[in-house]
Amino acid sequence: MTWIAQNLWLIPVLPLVASGVIAINKQPQRKLAVALSIGSMVLAFLLSLCAFSATLIHHGESGVFREVAGFNWLQFGGQWLQLGWVLDPLTAIMLVMVSFVSLLIFIFSVGYMAHDENFTRFFCFLSLFAAAMLGVVIANNLLLFFVCWEIVGLTSYLLIGFWYHKPSAAAAAKKAFITTRIGDLALLLGMVWLYAKAGTLTFYDGGNGCLEIPTLAKAFPFEGFGFVALTGIALLIFVGAMGKSGQVPLHVWLPDAMEGPTPVSALIHAATMVAAGVFLVARVYPLMKPDWSALAGPHTIVSMPPLDATVVITWVGAITAMFAASIAVAQTDIKRILAYSTVSQLGYMMLGLGVGGVAVGMFHLITHAFFKALLFLGSGSVIHGCHEEQDVRKMGGLKKFMPVTFATYAIGMLALAGFPLFFSGFWSKDEILHSAHNWPVSQIPFYLGCAGALLTAFYMTRQVALVFFGQYRSRACESADHAHSHVLNPPSHDGGYEPHESPAVMTVPLVILAVFAILLGFVGTPAWPWFDGFLKGEPVQFNFSKLTEGGTLGLMLASAGIVFTGLGLGWWLYGKRQRKTVEEPDVLQVAQPAIFRLLENKYFVDEFYDATVVRFNAWAARICNFLDRWIWGGVVLLVTWMTLGLSRLYRFTDEFVVDLGFDTGCETLREGGDEISKWHTGRVQTYLRVIGVALVVLVLFLVWGRKA
Amino acid sequence: MTPLQGCLLVSALLFAIGLAGAVTRRNAILALVGIELMLNAANLNFIAFWRYGPNPEALSGMMVVIFSIAIAAAEAAVGLALIIAIYRHYKTANLDEMKNLKG
Amino acid sequence: MSPAFLIIAIVTLFAAAAAMSLRNLVHCALSLVVALAGLAALYLQLDAQFVGFAQILVYVGAVAILIVFAVLLTRSDATPNQAILAPGWIAGIAVSAGVFATLGWAALNSPGLPKQMPPAPEATVKNIGDLLMTRYVLPLEVIGLLLTAALIGAVIIAMKEETPKSGGSRRESAPSEKLERTDPALRDCYEAKKGGGV
Repeated sequence: MTWIAQNLWLIPVLPLVASGVIAINKQPQRKLAVALSIGSMVLAFLLSLCAFSATLIHHGESGVFREVAGFNWLQFGGQWLQLGWVLDPLTAIMLVMVSFVSLLIFIFSVGYMAHDENFTRFFCFLSLFAAAMLGVVIANNLLLFFVCWEIVGLTSYLLIGFWYHKPSAAAAAKKAFITTRIGDLALLLGMVWLYAKAGTLTFYDGGNGCLEIPTLAKAFPFEGFGFVALTGIALLIFVGAMGKSGQVPLHVWLPDAMEGPTPVSALIHAATMVAAGVFLVARVYPLMKPDWSALAGPHTIVSMPPLDATVVITWVGAITAMFAASIAVAQTDIKRILAYSTVSQLGYMMLGLGVGGVAVGMFHLITHAFFKALLFLGSGSVIHGCHEEQDVRKMGGLKKFMPVTFATYAIGMLALAGFPLFFSGFWSKDEILHSAHNWPVSQIPFYLGCAGALLTAFYMTRQVALVFFGQYRSRACESADHAHSHVLNPPSHDGGYEPHESPAVMTVPLVILAVFAILLGFVGTPAWPWFDGFLKGEPVQFNFSKLTEGGTLGLMLASAGIVFTGLGLGWWLYGKRQRKTVEEPDVLQVAQPAIFRLLENKYFVDEFYDATVVRFNAWAARICNFLDRWIWGGVVLLVTWMTLGLSRLYRFTDEFVVDLGFDTGCETLREGGDEISKWHTGRVQTYLRVIGVALVVLVLFLVWGRKA
Repeated sequence: MTPLQGCLLVSALLFAIGLAGAVTRRNAILALVGIELMLNAANLNFIAFWRYGPNPEALSGMMVVIFSIAIAAAEAAVGLALIIAIYRHYKTANLDEMKNLKG
Repeated sequence: MSPAFLIIAIVTLFAAAAAMSLRNLVHCALSLVVALAGLAALYLQLDAQFVGFAQILVYVGAVAILIVFAVLLTRSDATPNQAILAPGWIAGIAVSAGVFATLGWAALNSPGLPKQMPPAPEATVKNIGDLLMTRYVLPLEVIGLLLTAALIGAVIIAMKEETPKSGGSRRESAPSEKLERTDPALRDCYEAKKGGGV
């Protein structure tokens, strides 16, 4: 066991400790908060690099390199419930990506949140999020995974609603939490079912883990239609991933989550948390796409493999990719465009997982993390430079005010669109389309993916054109109403109304991310499929001829054509004919007002949910309130009255029966004493009389007693 | 009725008369007189039993009576001294008015 | 039962009854004397000569005279028409009747009482003296002590107390004087006493 595999737990625990220390500090100390969180993230990153290098060293030795370690947590019955962590290529890749991107975003936040008064609270939550996400990545047990998953959801809620005094932010946080909760419920059901069937939730346990063939074969026997349960479990777990990763029915929270600060959007809702759902599907892939012949055992021949969960995953992913891309075309908030873009790309990742396997989906996840984080941070820089303005119609011509931001943003945009050869997005998206093309079930997801790629290129070009090219439109608004704009755009710190470049602490991370957005692509080209081989544990060779193989080259050219078409269309509609004013309608809006309105209102999905689910929920809540107040409350009241009545009865008894008894007894004693004391007349002769009587009585008694 | 029984009856009657006087008369001195009578009745009883008893030679009855007479004399002296002292306080020898022990 | 016995008994009883029921206290004392003398005669009849004479000497000669002295010393100014019987005297009579009934019944109905008189014993003074010095020497000594104590006690109890300075020529007296002054219950007695003397 390598040292790093043994101590992998340090990676999430360091940011957790940092978060705790920041939280318990009474006086918010900015420098301490920054030092703790960034310091712990640096350490986590270094440890992740250790893990990655350990994995690299052992790569290709014999199958997939995997080391697990754990600890005893709970004892029930005679057994111990073990929780632990696993170090394998998938884990190592994710660790490096999460810690690196988080580190860069932490550094960015130092500059972005500098004016905010809740600076330390922000870093506390960020560190907690990083700790939980790293925990999700290394968990070897579905239960531990779920715990960290929930903490990730919690920190997402805390960070979306960071400016909680804004009602829209508070509502968005609530929406995010509740929507992901629906997914989590399905995940929990899947977990319970899996535990019931397999008897363990540990992923890899030396053959006994729930992802390993022996256990699965025993739990889901092929002869007895065990695969139905397996597929059911896989689908339930996928619903959980759908909630977290914003696939179509449960995507509604992601755009609203843009209410949070931009670093939050970059970290959580682009690079990491939403990727957790994709990571979950990748992690439990043996359940999603079971190896039927291995499960069936050596004695059975599987003639026609049954349907597995990947079919559903593929369709959902493809629909999501198309759906969200179409909505992004009609949005005007810079962050919202990126949010819908994220939803669309998550759909691509799911599509990739469904048709091509773990490597295909994960490659796109890694590249997407970098360029989407870059795009969000760039938008943050733009917002900061335009003095908290977020509407693209009010921006324009920022190219000359913010050159570094423009350059890095452009790189990110080209990567996202999939500009051929030099940008990572091209290679990763191409892998997905390639696998979709080769999918035996249907070609429709492939066409949906292509359409989505076209739209992606189109709306990104639209956004860049509106933001960075043309004239700065906000000034036009200003000159019309000077007093009004004073309120809207408060003067910047350097005294002018003009947008300005952001400070170095914000632009340096942008540059670093841009570099990776370009370079990462090269680890996954067909000529050198290093990424694929790394995850599968196979050695990889650089083979240029693979590029020129028939299907591959044709597909590359086709996707390049799609990308150029989209870029050109976007530039023609938005780059050439620039908007002059803020109020004028969008070009597309003029052309197709009905469709544009549909897209702009997000297909009215939110309104639909509001009318059905939310209303039903409110109605159910009213019923529960009634029950609680009148029925359960009534029962409680009844018991209260009974108790009160009893206590009054006791008091009555105590006062009138017991006390009276005692009082009467004492009174009687006293009066008796009074009466008897009257016998003491003080007169001697009376005493003498009594003695005489006593004498007589005594004699009689002696005589009679003797006789008797 | 044997002579002994006659003596006994006489002593009983004397005792009863003494008791009657002691408990009915108001004057304290007469109470003492009653007590003297009762003592004398007891003495008579002793003498009677001594005389008619089984062993008169032992003179035991007589000795008791001698001592009884001596004691009665002493008691009469002290009692009368008490009555005189009480008379000085209460200015009366009326037993009914000496009720300080009344409870 | 010889007639002499009967007569003496009747006289004694009548005298006793008289002693208890006469109004004039001196008459009562004198009746008592008669009763005691009658008893002495009864003792003589029963061959207890020494006791009989001792009775005359002590009781008649000393106790009765003492009673007379006491009567004279405690003479009150109450009118002769005052009641002589205490309230509730009927109860007293009833009690004594009950006592007599009990004793008489016991006397008459006891089994085992001797029927006749044994021969007269030799109850000479010498014998009595012998017995007193040998067998009854302890009671004799104790009686001596008792008589001494009674003598001293009676003297002290009946001693005339001296009145306080503020009253007149008589000087300050014993603690009983102070008690009179401080105890409120006795204060009225004290006041009355100051007014008149004994």
